[in-house]
Parts: sequence; C-alpha cells; structure tokens
Amino acid sequence: MSRIHAQAAGRMQSFARNPIMIALFASLALAACAKKPMNSAGDLGLGANAATPGSSQDFTVNVGDRIFFDTDSTSIRADAQATLDRQAQWLAKYPNYAITVEGHADERGTREYNLALGARRAASAKEYLSSRGIPASKIKTISYGKEKPVAVCDDISCWSQNRRAVTVLGGAGM
Amino acid sequence: MLKRNPFRFLIALATMVTLMIAPAHARVEININKGNVEPLPIAVTDFLQGELGQKISDVVAADLKRSGLFAPIAKSAFIEKITNPDAAPRFEDWKVINAQALVTGRVTQEGDGRLKAEFRLWDSFAGQQMAGQQFFTQPENWRRVAHIIADAIYEQITGEKGYFDTRIVYVAESGPKTARKRQLAIMDQDGFNARGITNSNDIVLTPRFSPNKQEITYMSFEGNEPRVYLLQLETGQREVVGNFPGMTFAPRFSPDGQRVIMSLQQDGNANIYTMDLRSRTTTRLTSTAAIDTSPSYSPDGSQIVFESDRGGRQQLYVMSAGGGGQNRISFGDGSYSTPVWSPRGDLIAFTKQSGGKFSIGVMKPDGSGERILTTGFHNEGPTWAPNGRVLMFFRQNSGAGGPQLYSIDLTGYNEQLVQTKGFASDPAWSPLLE
Repeated sequence: MSRIHAQAAGRMQSFARNPIMIALFASLALAACAKKPMNSAGDLGLGANAATPGSSQDFTVNVGDRIFFDTDSTSIRADAQATLDRQAQWLAKYPNYAITVEGHADERGTREYNLALGARRAASAKEYLSSRGIPASKIKTISYGKEKPVAVCDDISCWSQNRRAVTVLGGAGM
Repeated sequence: MLKRNPFRFLIALATMVTLMIAPAHARVEININKGNVEPLPIAVTDFLQGELGQKISDVVAADLKRSGLFAPIAKSAFIEKITNPDAAPRFEDWKVINAQALVTGRVTQEGDGRLKAEFRLWDSFAGQQMAGQQFFTQPENWRRVAHIIADAIYEQITGEKGYFDTRIVYVAESGPKTARKRQLAIMDQDGFNARGITNSNDIVLTPRFSPNKQEITYMSFEGNEPRVYLLQLETGQREVVGNFPGMTFAPRFSPDGQRVIMSLQQDGNANIYTMDLRSRTTTRLTSTAAIDTSPSYSPDGSQIVFESDRGGRQQLYVMSAGGGGQNRISFGDGSYSTPVWSPRGDLIAFTKQSGGKFSIGVMKPDGSGERILTTGFHNEGPTWAPNGRVLMFFRQNSGAGGPQLYSIDLTGYNEQLVQTKGFASDPAWSPLLE
C-alpha cells in the first residue's frame, strides 16, 4: 500500500520540492551571481560554482543533503533513492566526514510519535546509505520529531518539506 | 539553575483548623456529573482588612468562576458590607441578590510574622454556616492560601476534591517556528507565578510531575543526545534516567513514584521500558517491530495504557504492569495517541487524529464510551487535574503562531484559555500540593 502511495506522491514531489530548493539556494545563488536558471529539482547545479569540491557546501548544494517522505511513511521514494545514491558516491569519495542523519516529521502528528517516526526515517536513510557501501558504524542518527520544521505554512506543500531526513556532515572532512 | 523551591511553602502551611464543629446539612450543592450545569451564584466578599484581603477574595472568586461551576456575583451588587466575618451575615440581603452561597473572611498578621487567613462559607437560603477554616502561612504565599480556600469551598459544595492548589509544568516556547526556543517552566494552575526551570539552549519536551516528590521527569536534547531526565525541583539537580543505547522519550512516573516508564528507540522501533529509581534496574515491557510509546499507568499501578502502530496506525493498547496481555482498546475512525489514565481510574484521555483534525477525547479503560471533548486544527497532549474532572491540553492553530494551553471540563463544557506569557505546550498537572 505504501508503495502505491509513494508513486502517487512521487509525481507531486518535483512540485513540492521546488520551493524549498529556492529557499535553500536563493542566497547562495545570489552570492555566486549564478546565471544558470533553475530548471528542475533534480538538477541541483544552481550554486555549483559556489562550493569547493569535497566541502560540506559542495555536498549540500551539488549532491543534495536531504530526502523527503510521504505522510506517515518511512519508505525511501525513488527520488530519495537517487539523492542517497549521489550521497553515497560522494561520501565514498570523501570518507573523512562524521555523518549524522537527522530524521524529522511534519507537524501533523503528536509529539512522542513524531520523535519515533523521525527516528525511523533516519534509520531508513542510514540503512539505504549502508546498503550503498557507507559503513553503518560511521553513521549516527538523531530524531528531532516535529520540533525543527524548515517550512512554515498550513498546507500539504509545506508539510511535505518538513518530512525529511537530512545528512549532516561534521568533523574535519577534507 | 533553580532559583527557589516552588514547594517550599508546604511546610509553612502546616496548620489548618476547622472553625466549626458540625457542618450544617448543606442545601447548596452542585452535581458535577450533570454536564452543562447552571453555575451556582456565589458572593465572595472582600476578606478583612485592606488590600491583601481583597486580593485573596479576588483569587478565590477567579478560581471558582474558572471552574465553570460557580458564578461569582459582582461586588457592586452587594447590599450588606461585612464588618465582622465571625458573625452571621444578614441572609436576607444576600438572598435578594440570589447569592446562594456567601464567603466571608479575614486576614491578619501573627506576632511571628505569619499570615493568618480565615474564611466562612454560608448557605444564604438555609441561613447556616456550611464551613469555616483558618490557615497560617508566610505572607508571600497568599495566593496559595486563596487557592486552598477555593478548594475547600469547591469540595464543600460539589462533594469532590478541588484542584486549585496545584501547579502546571509545561514547555514555554518562544521565537519563530523554524528556530523555536524551549524551556521547562512551572506555574500555578491559574497561570500565575510562572518561572523557567531549565535554560532554553536545548530542546526540552514532555515534562511530568512525580506523584509524591518534588521532582519531574522530562526529555532533553542536551548534547544532541535525546534522553529522559529527572529534575529535582528543590535543588535543580538533574540526571539522565538509565543507561540506554539510544533515544529515550515519553517518560512518566508510576503512581508510587518509584519507577519511570518510557520508550527506548532502537533503529526504527520504539519499545516500552521501566526503570526502578531505587535499584536502577530496567525492565523491557514491549517487544515489537513497531512504535510503542506514550505509556501511562492506571492509578492503582496494575495496568499501563500506551499507543502503538503495530496494527498499522497508532491505536491505544492496555497491558498489565508486567507487560502481559497487550490488548487494543481503540477502534474508532482515525488514529489515537498520548493516552493518559485518569487519577480516578475511570477514564483514559487521548489525542485523536481523524479527518485532518486533532481532538481531545476520553474513553473507558475497556475502550467503550468514547467521547470527544474538543476538535480543531490541532489539539494535543491532555493532562488530568488531580480530581479527574478537568483536562488541560495544548492547541496549535494553523500558520506561523505557536501553541497555547487550554482547559476543559470532562463534560466537554467550559473550555478556557490558560494564560501564559508566550507560547506553551505539553502541560502536566501536579497532584494537590497539600
């Protein structure tokens, strides 16, 4: 059931994802005076010139640091698989970062349940990364439940941006 | 961190003397089981003498009014001016303004500096005194004395224990939604005397009172290690509960205060554990590949209600205190979460999500008799007043604002905003302080 669901929502995702990309990278784009137009959510090349290869900024901008989930779901959607595949390739190339996957839920749930749901999402992302060759022992997870939304509104487009797992890099890295 | 002990005046309030030997057979009474009751007209006169007496009577009247069971009469309508609170009032003067009950009182300073507060409750139509008591305390605790007097009046007239001499611990929230600051705060049940009891550097959630100690349990993200903590209110001392290999959350005390029950997250699963606070031994109670959380003991400690998505969506389950006999009790449309057992044992309050709305409701421990008390965009996290008659919860409206606290009667009537300085969530009601 969740698979069918995932596909249906998958069509929505490029739509739902654009606003957050704009929010995230608008400032970067300005700073870099990027001329390149934003074309699709899949193309994260907007701020490409702004980040040093191998930097955490490079990871965030050119690889994509986050994936999104359907309502109440913890399964990794097709678009999220593509992002995690890129993450795994990049993390294999730059193996010295400490990796934390942060799981989040939207506000349309109760506090305690959302803490567990965020943890499940982080665990799903971790499991996927580990299946792509990143040692599970290197990946820490933490859930913030619904306590750290990135988007504020009262409709589906915004809640979908908050249902996320974000791969955060720490340590010396490069 | 903790500036003062909020329970310190317990000791100071030791003395309570009944002023009258045989209470009259009260005619004035309220049956609070009826639902939408007609509030009882009551005249709460200014206590003698002076400003403090007036302030005490105002707090008493405000408590009674907020309960929804009493309708304090405006002081401007009073005919008789009480000059001797020990003497019988002119009942005719009070009957004329339909004051079915009348409160008189006096505050005086004792030689040792303590405050002495006395009150008498009169039945105007029977022409009799119903109750009379006196209390001694330090002058700074005058609001507590007022709450205790309000509790005595409530109990005398309804036959149920009051809940005014209580506190609320909650999460005080400030700042925009995307960068919200949270700290634990404690206040009197009427919203006064609010003060922070943790800093706002870390996310703190779900504080709960110990049933018998000056202690709370809560969850903190301190050091980016989300864990359940204990906080001693007297000393401000904090400690992590248990040495668990992952996030612990959703804590509550057992009714005897000897154990903390909570969830432990491991990978995608959350299971329920208890820790004995004396022996520090932990016991696992559930073992599923699901999210089992929000456990709450029955008041006799023999059973536990919790939520689980083991059947797909979140539903309520009841098990024995040892973890045996896990049975689903919620079968309505939608999903159910944050169950809390009533201190009376007769009901379980919950948050229900259905049709895009969040409701607060109650059901019997066997799952029957479900009643929704309030529904809206987002209502969450009920907590019971110690008499099991009133619930508090938090409400979040859509958009960029923040949550606020509300109280509502078990009957679904008398919904009231609980005033807090900023946003507030996760209220937990203390036991009666006496």
